[in-house]
Amino acid sequence: MADGIRVRDLNAWFGSLHVLKGIEVATAPKAVTAIIGPSGCGKSTFIRCLNRMHEVVPGARVTGTVLVEGEDVYAPGVDPVDVRRKIGMVFQKANPFPTMSVFENVAAGLRLAGTRNRAVLNEAVERALTHAALWDEVRDRLDQAGSSLSGGQQQRLCIARALAVEPEVLLMDEPCSALDPIATAKIEELILELRKDLTIVIVTHNMQQAARVSEATGFFLLGEMIEFGVTRELFTNPRDKRTEDYITGRFG
Amino acid sequence: MTSSSVRTRAFRTVLACSALASCLGLPLGILGGVYLTESRDRRLPWLIRFTADVLNGVPSIVIGIFAYTVVVLPMRRFSALAGGVALAVIMLPIVVRTTEEMMRLVPGSLREAALALGLPEWKVILRVVLPTARAGIITGVMVAIARIAGETAPLLFTAFGNRFWHQGPDQPIAALPLQIFAYAIAPYDDWHRQAWAGALVLILLVFLVSLAARVATRGRYSAVR
Repeated sequence: MADGIRVRDLNAWFGSLHVLKGIEVATAPKAVTAIIGPSGCGKSTFIRCLNRMHEVVPGARVTGTVLVEGEDVYAPGVDPVDVRRKIGMVFQKANPFPTMSVFENVAAGLRLAGTRNRAVLNEAVERALTHAALWDEVRDRLDQAGSSLSGGQQQRLCIARALAVEPEVLLMDEPCSALDPIATAKIEELILELRKDLTIVIVTHNMQQAARVSEATGFFLLGEMIEFGVTRELFTNPRDKRTEDYITGRFG
Repeated sequence: MTSSSVRTRAFRTVLACSALASCLGLPLGILGGVYLTESRDRRLPWLIRFTADVLNGVPSIVIGIFAYTVVVLPMRRFSALAGGVALAVIMLPIVVRTTEEMMRLVPGSLREAALALGLPEWKVILRVVLPTARAGIITGVMVAIARIAGETAPLLFTAFGNRFWHQGPDQPIAALPLQIFAYAIAPYDDWHRQAWAGALVLILLVFLVSLAARVATRGRYSAVR
């Protein structure tokens, strides 16, 4: 049963610092949800809670319920490794593995999880790179260092790497903030393409981007979710004064 | 005895203590470094780090006495093994600390990327973090080997020296620095010349080790160095 992401009463801490307070979200499956808000408002922490990456930080703590495609991510006995396998993540800065080639980077998730079969790997790499709209650019240099690609290509390489393990959900943490407008446009196109198969949650500082790619948008402020709703409505007719201030740039 | 077997035996004899020390010290040192980087505990890593730093500064003859007490006395004889243990104790803190430092230089974002792919932590360390830190760790290992290659004092009453070929790890054994020492304090000119020759061989060995480190750390792509 595909039913997107449901988050109930999610709280997160760094040590004694309460960074997420009672977050409630429900997203549709195979849709793009954007998370906007000023720096330090807990956007990144929020999506890191969805694939249990938050707890990787020493002293970090989470309470609440997160249901992804109907399964409770924080249920006792659930292995975070399995959760992360189903919920891929792309980070703000492209981070290809420096000791690996383009091919090895994309194959890393499968290969390190035990897939040896060369034919399977070849096929998965080609599919993931095609999916990430990078195949035509790198097909002749699969054996070169992943870090030899341009910034935009590296970010798409990281997307391909996340796609290669065939996740059900893709989390993107400001994937375009270090990219020029052309590379950004490519990634946005890609997001619109990917949502046919995946549930996507994207954190962004760029409100036009949120408006362009997402169906639903959540506005975060100081660890609280101020407003969550259909993207068009949130941007044209916000219910909360603080949302209006933020999207019109009158904040502070 | 054919000259090639003489050469292999000489080689085995000269390198026995260092090789034994490497077999003991390297795995333990690298594991220790990994533990120091990855442990979420605070007190024990702090203690290990502090101990390693102190150990690094302990005069090597003291370490020789330690090996004498824990290996030579119970075995009731000097041995290659005792020399190996003494040298291993000398290289241990160097390897532990460089492994730790090099692993810390690996950006956290790589670790996160690997974790986010759904890899268990031990695989992330083994297949992503360690390979990225490989060049730096190898450099540290080579430094440690070069350091023990020339150690004389801890071998005086562990390996002890031997005028004969390699006779097994439980027997006293010749070591190059020890031999240089023995020849150099002798009153004969031709022995002095032997000592000079031995010193030259020792320096060449250390040179080769450094060269090997250069080649080994060149790597396919750039990484933490």
